[in-house]
Order: sequence, then structure tokens, then C-alpha cells
Amino acid sequence: MPHRNKLSITTFIIISLIKSVAVIGVLLTAVAYSVWLERKVSARIQNRWGPTRVGPFGLLQPLADGAKFIFKEDLTQPHVYKPLYIAAPMIAMVFAITSISVIPFGNWVELGPWGTYFQITDLNIGLLVVLGITSMGVYGVALAGWASNNKYSLLGGLRASAQMISYEVSLGLSLVGVLIMSGSLSLRAIVDNQGGTFLHFIPRWNVFHGQTLAFFIYLISAYAETNRTPFDLPEAESELVAGYHTEYSAMKFAMFFMAEYANMVTVACLATLLFLGGWHGPIFGPPILQALMPVFWFCIKVFFFMFLYVWVRWTLPRFRYDQLMAFGWKILLPLAVLNIVITALLVALRAQYPGFLGFL
Amino acid sequence: MLHLILFLFFGAVCVAGAINLLVQSHPINSALSLITVMAALAAEYLLLGAEFVAAVQVIVYAGAIMVLFVITIMLLNAGAEERTKGSRIAILIGVPGVLIGAVLVAWTLLYRGHTQAVPIGAEPGSPQAIARLLFHDFLLPFEITSVLILIAIMGAVVLASRPEPAAHRPAKPDEREARELAASGKEH
Repeated sequence: MPHRNKLSITTFIIISLIKSVAVIGVLLTAVAYSVWLERKVSARIQNRWGPTRVGPFGLLQPLADGAKFIFKEDLTQPHVYKPLYIAAPMIAMVFAITSISVIPFGNWVELGPWGTYFQITDLNIGLLVVLGITSMGVYGVALAGWASNNKYSLLGGLRASAQMISYEVSLGLSLVGVLIMSGSLSLRAIVDNQGGTFLHFIPRWNVFHGQTLAFFIYLISAYAETNRTPFDLPEAESELVAGYHTEYSAMKFAMFFMAEYANMVTVACLATLLFLGGWHGPIFGPPILQALMPVFWFCIKVFFFMFLYVWVRWTLPRFRYDQLMAFGWKILLPLAVLNIVITALLVALRAQYPGFLGFL
Repeated sequence: MLHLILFLFFGAVCVAGAINLLVQSHPINSALSLITVMAALAAEYLLLGAEFVAAVQVIVYAGAIMVLFVITIMLLNAGAEERTKGSRIAILIGVPGVLIGAVLVAWTLLYRGHTQAVPIGAEPGSPQAIARLLFHDFLLPFEITSVLILIAIMGAVVLASRPEPAAHRPAKPDEREARELAASGKEH
């Protein structure tokens, strides 16, 4: 199953460069247009129009926003701790964008003598790399809050980082059930394990194949990890008091903004890969279409998760901070451990007695 | 060849981060230097072929423990340290000691060390191999270590929630001051 080319070093580097540039370009465009999606969907939920003036359906609004951010005055307050004040948005942005490098979008594709996966690199510990990058993303928030030299920013930043590290635990544990079933940390192997169907029409995605509880725990933990409603106290504090990005203007604020949406895209990609079968879907048509259909199915599922993010934001009220922490530690963590125990029990029983629950 | 270059590069980053940690006067700069040391160590583990350990090093050390350090520094509002004179005994004993130690280590490695290079991948570093070691061969030490950490957590919770033992202390100086005020009031 794994394809290996005999590519020379230069061909490999050129192909990797092309893939990297393409993926980063698509990711940044997706981040900009997820802002458009949020504004449009939130407007429709609130029974108003949203951006309609700039281009058809307001589709050029992100370009106008980008131009605004570039031309806005970039203030640097005199009382901030300058090195970290400037570095914090960079840290947030770097770690938000890096995790796209191990995410597979589709299958093996060949163009003449060259073939490659639809993935920048296939590490055999891909899932751990994504978790590690998510853990490092906490620094952007914490250092921004501290470097702003403002007690409200500090409190907002500390609260946000405490929330993020609390929900990282249940996030990681909810993925262990998927790992037990797939037997590998490589994202491509986890998706390959979800091919095929039950009864010819229910796909063997992990969400139908026993990891439903893990799916919901993952979604809830991911909403808390990316600081989105109903867990968006760090952002709500911008309305109430001040948040960790209160002293930032123009491009630095835009970097925090983009980092948040890039984190959302990463979470959506992981959810489709681990629970919704990645790029699996009906494939038909001529060969060129067959090579691109998996990517299309992947994008549809990621779009669904982005839509879900915005839908939940404008439907649910937000948690209070103590409710948030209690929910993460006292409810989600035991449920995630319970899921691991049940999954491990079922997998071990099936390994021991091959006929046990064979229909699963 | 490339392996040696990468090893030297990440080793240099690690040592530079460690020296920077000692030299910086503001604790937040020291904490950030320690984060770069952890990241360089993770890269060294990767160069040894232990990819799981490298990933866990980033997740646990650089991503959780150092976050705790940074949050503590922020909460305590620790400012820059002031430069003190330094003890003369430390310099008198320390500098010759370091020189002697470096000479001893270099001599041992050059003339007495009979080590052989081991190819990468000779020792298993995959998650499956580590899982077999942790949960099959060394299960009892693993479980006892978990209980040890649990005891540490319980100790921390007990220490943090203990009520103040001198709850009545602050009243006494107030009483004394009140009596003094009353006495001086009576005088006037």
C-alpha cells in the first residue's frame, strides 16, 4: 500500500516546495474566507445580511479587511515589554500554521514519472506532532497577555492559557480511542483504516464505528482549545473588560485573528481525518476527476466543521470561568478515560476471541 | 555527514540556551531560553531515532511544564534580578574545579573511552516498542511512578489549601495599638 518513489534529491525538494507553497497559500486563503463565512453565517442567524457591498455576496470583503489592516496605524505602546510584545503574535501565527504540514488531503497522485501524496510529509508520529504544536500555541496567548504590561491583559492571558492547557488533556485522551482502533499514529494510516462500508451504505468512519463519545469529547475540547464560544471568555473579556490582545493594533492583531482561524481549520481537518473518514467518499468519473475527488470530499467535510463552529458560536451562551474549568476537569476528563477503557476492552476481547462482536 | 552537522547545530543551540538561561537577569528570558533548550533536546532525540520520545518531550516538557513555569513567573510578577557581587569562594574553588573537570573528561574520552558508533535505528524507538517496554516489561515501576506522582499532587493540594496557622496573630498588635491609643488619649 505505501507508495515509494525513486526520486532524486532535487526532484524531491522541488516537489516538496511546490506542495508547501500550494498548501500554505490555500490555508491562508481559507483562513481569510473563514472570516467571510463567519460574518455571513452569523448575519443570517441574526436575520440580517452581512457583507454584501464589496464584490458579489461580499466575497471581496476579506481583501478589504486585509487592506485595512495593512494601512492601519501600528501603535507600539511605550510601556510594553518590547521583545515579547512583538514576538507573541509571531509565535501564535507560526504554531497555528505549522500543523497543516502533516495533514493529508487525499490519495497518491501521479503526473508522468513523478508521484506524490496529497500531503506535505507523512510522519509516522503525525498525530503527536499536531498535539505538540497545539501545546506550544499556548505561549502566544500567555506571552501576549504578560508583555502588554496591563493587568487586564495579564489576567485575560492567564485565564486563556489555563483554559487551553486544561482542555488539551481531554483532547489528547479522546484521540487515544481512535489510536487504539487504528494501531498507528500516522494520520494517513488512521484514515486508510476507515475505508469501506457497513451494509454497503454506512461508511466505516470512526464516528459510526464506536468512537461517537470520543467524537463529541474531541469537538467540545477543541472548541475550548481554540477559545471559541461557548468557551470564549478570553475573547469576551474584550467586550467586558479587556483580553490578551487589547494592546495590539493593526497587523499584530490581525496575526492573532488569523492564528485563531488557522487553529480552527486545523481542528476541523483533524476531526475529519480521525472521525469522519478523511477523504473517503464516492469516487467516479474520468481519472483526473478521480484523483481530485478525495480532496473535494475532504474539503466538504472541513467546511462542514467550520460551519458548525460558527453555528455553535451564535447559538449557545458562554460559560463562566469556574463552570468552564469544572466541566473540563470533572466531566470531560473522566468521560475520555472511560472511552479509552471501553475501547481497549472491546479491542482486546476481539483480539482474544476472534468471533466476538464480529459484526462490528 | 549531515547527521553530524545537525547534531553539532542542535547541540550548540542547546548549550547556548543553557548559558543564556544563567546569564539573563529577567526570569521570563530565562524561561524562554529553557524552552529553546527543551526544543533542541527534542531535535537531538529525533537525531537518535527516538521519534516518540522527541514528540513527547515537546508535548510534556516544552508544552506543559514550561507553560507552568511561565504562568508562575507571570503570576508572581517577578522582575529582573539585581546584580550582586558574587562570592569569592565560589570563584576560587569553582573556576579551577571546572578546568580540572574538563581536562579529566577530555582525557578519559580521548585515551580511555572505547566506544563504538551505533547506527540509527539499531535500538527501537517506535511507539510500539516503547509501549511494550512500559506496559509489559516494566509495568510495576510504571504504576508505582504514577502513584508517586499522585501522592505529590495530593501533597500540593493539601499544602495549598491549608488555612493560615497564625490566624489570631494580627489581632495582638492591633490590641496593643488600641491600648496605646487609649492610654495616650487618656493622657491628652
